[in-house]
Amino acid sequence: MSKPEPRGWKDLPMAALPYKLSLEYRTGDWRALRPVIDYGKCTRCLICWLYCPDMAIVWDGEKPVVNYDYCKGCGICAHECPVKAIEMKPETA
Amino acid sequence: MATPRIPLEKQVLIAVNGDEAVAYAVKQCLVDVVAAYPITPQTVIVERFSEFVADGEVHTEFVPVESEHSAMSACVGAAAAGARAFTATAANGLALMWEILYIAASLRLPIVLAVVNRALSAPINIHCDHGDAYGMRDSGWIQLFVENSQEAYDTTIQAFKIGEHPDVQLPVAVNLDGFFLSHTLENIRMLPDDVVHEFLGGYRKIPKTYVDYHGREVELKLDPSSPISFGPLDLYDYYFEHKMHQIEAMKRVPDVVKKVNEEWSELTGRSYGDGVLVPYATEDADVIVTVLGSTSGTVRTVVKKLRSRGYKVGMVRIRMFRPFPFNELRELLKGAKVVGVMDRGISFGSYGPSFMEINTTLYDLRERPLLVNYVYGLGGRDAPPDLIEKMFMELLEIAKTGEVKEKLRFLGVRE
Amino acid sequence: MSKSPYELVVFKPGEKRELPLTFNLRKLAERKPIILPGHRLCAGCAAPLVVKLLGLAMRGPLVIANATGCLEVATTIFPYTSWAIPWIHSAFENAAATASGIEAAYKAMKKTGRLPYDHIDVVALAGDGGTFDIGLQALSGMAERGHDVMYILYDNEAYMNTGIQRSGGTPPFAWTTTSPAGRVIPGKTQEKKPIAEIMVAHRIPYVATGTPGHWIDLIKKFRKGLEVDGPSFIHVLSPCNRGWRHGLNITIDICRRAVDTCYFPLWEWVRGKGYYLTDRSLAIARKPELKKPIEKFLEVQGRFKHLLKPENKHLIKQFQEYVDAVWDDLVSRAVNAPR
Repeated sequence: MSKPEPRGWKDLPMAALPYKLSLEYRTGDWRALRPVIDYGKCTRCLICWLYCPDMAIVWDGEKPVVNYDYCKGCGICAHECPVKAIEMKPETA
Repeated sequence: MATPRIPLEKQVLIAVNGDEAVAYAVKQCLVDVVAAYPITPQTVIVERFSEFVADGEVHTEFVPVESEHSAMSACVGAAAAGARAFTATAANGLALMWEILYIAASLRLPIVLAVVNRALSAPINIHCDHGDAYGMRDSGWIQLFVENSQEAYDTTIQAFKIGEHPDVQLPVAVNLDGFFLSHTLENIRMLPDDVVHEFLGGYRKIPKTYVDYHGREVELKLDPSSPISFGPLDLYDYYFEHKMHQIEAMKRVPDVVKKVNEEWSELTGRSYGDGVLVPYATEDADVIVTVLGSTSGTVRTVVKKLRSRGYKVGMVRIRMFRPFPFNELRELLKGAKVVGVMDRGISFGSYGPSFMEINTTLYDLRERPLLVNYVYGLGGRDAPPDLIEKMFMELLEIAKTGEVKEKLRFLGVRE
Repeated sequence: MSKSPYELVVFKPGEKRELPLTFNLRKLAERKPIILPGHRLCAGCAAPLVVKLLGLAMRGPLVIANATGCLEVATTIFPYTSWAIPWIHSAFENAAATASGIEAAYKAMKKTGRLPYDHIDVVALAGDGGTFDIGLQALSGMAERGHDVMYILYDNEAYMNTGIQRSGGTPPFAWTTTSPAGRVIPGKTQEKKPIAEIMVAHRIPYVATGTPGHWIDLIKKFRKGLEVDGPSFIHVLSPCNRGWRHGLNITIDICRRAVDTCYFPLWEWVRGKGYYLTDRSLAIARKPELKKPIEKFLEVQGRFKHLLKPENKHLIKQFQEYVDAVWDDLVSRAVNAPR
């Protein structure tokens, strides 16, 4: 079903409907800093999951996990973590 | 003409004005949402329709919006939710909706809009003028112009069928002349409710389109079972392609308008030319006049009179102004010596919009008629038979001499 | 049982799904977000958080009419969309009018047996641009007509999407590109338009203020707004690190400062009952020593840095007076304030 991108008008949906979910657009490459969770300190309170504006922290049933595909490195999670279990480290090359 | 499927005795005769005719048509069209704001001379449409709602005669949700901009916005929301939506306006009300007209067309929402043609301010003038309709000619809407209240009733019903046709999916504006039609009493024939329902195929059907992230075709509506997003941001990499969809859809419109006209004829016994153009006495005419709206009645009367005196004159009423019927009109006009194009509006700094279209229509002909633009009737200035006759006489003179001299003329203005 | 934490939020007709109001984060973490990652809002933007919290307050099928602005633009750059629920953007000033049309459509379709759902919640979502100023008429009309729509205002206090120009929601003395802090004029000279009060004056069933930093309070209010039959209006503070010139990571912190200094009090107004202070603002009314001076709000934002110059002390005093006047007035009217 794969058509060459960018598509010609004959292959686009009617009424300019978007046809891809933004899940395909990985904003992770925006990062200058990346959050690293210290699971030794983490109390599983889920505040980081709650406050991530990019839904880039997911709860796997046992612990919060950073989804580096989308994390933009804003640092809200690290700032809000009640036990300072998240450290913002420079994104390496 | 063959016997209509619905015999005349079953088509109830009522005496109404043009606005009421539209209101009665909307009443029968299973419209879900009417969102409208009053403006003379459209007010009676909305008033009459409100009575139907208050009496429980329709299921329609009537939304008395606080401006015309919100009227069209509410219609866009309603149509996007899957409803059949209608609104009406005139002049400055249409101007206020202008932004949303383009949005309705690009989102492929088959809203029907009755425009009761009135002059644009300033100065403020409530009377008949086509400036308002001409102002929306680039918006992507289908534009139909009616000659009388019967046609206003007929065309309003047809408009839903044309707009919702699977090949079209575009909004339709039905134009009727302010005061000359809207506020003048006429006898019209109405179809029974169930016949109209059947003609439209019941409630609105929603088209489907393939969306990759669904992996299937989904309905073009706000539906919690298949979420879609209407109205994205296009950068320079997609806007052009999206506009092509609208351009292609417009190409498919004339055939649909003609077909609906035929179906209507078979149903009621009434048809309007081929649906897009209504010619009269054009076959051997030296002079042909083109016109939109109710003035065509007067023009036809003058043509009959002049024909009885031996003058070879004819006329074409343009029923469908957008998309413009270039091919059909070229066929009708090519044999004439002179074509007089009547415009009840003008594009300041240029000619009347009909003139510009007809110029384009005839340009490619090796031998083409001379063209004269007659701007008339601005702000409700009457165009009585003697004025029309004067125009024809001028055109006949031009046919004789072969000289146009003044291409842009003004009919009925005091110097 | 799906593996992916992200997917379209689909409600099939006739499907029974329980979405009770809860603040249990473990339970909420099982819900799928209505806004998907990959959106292009700035790092640290509060707007997607407002939407995320709406998703956590959602009680059933929900559609959004979104006005032009940061949120709309950054979540639907063709061919991508970040919306997992049905969504429409038509124009800038008409979110309320578009939502009115959707609400009317669903009513008409339900009447004629063409809506296979008990109810679909309709939400109008707009920024301060599309609400305080250009969108006010449509909002007022929607409120007057009584449509069953919840209007959420995400207020980043300027026309951010077009480059940080002042709006009716910009606070006094704030720097914006059209109200710069210059040698003669120190930023915006007018007060912030009291938009929530204007909606109270419309006497719609429910009006509330909130911030994403006070998430329990906000989720409660979103839910209340959805449950109310008729128009509801929720004014949500939405800090913008680009326009307010603050650090990316203190978005939530600023929300707390806004409430602690009483710059942005948390309250709700229920028709027939009156004003109620909520959450932290109620605590402050009970213990006034908790109220922080306005400097605590201003000091972390570059848009106010000119106020922190010694020669502008009098401007901070004016700002404090303005904040105090609004706060005292609110407390005097609040049904649950201590007397």
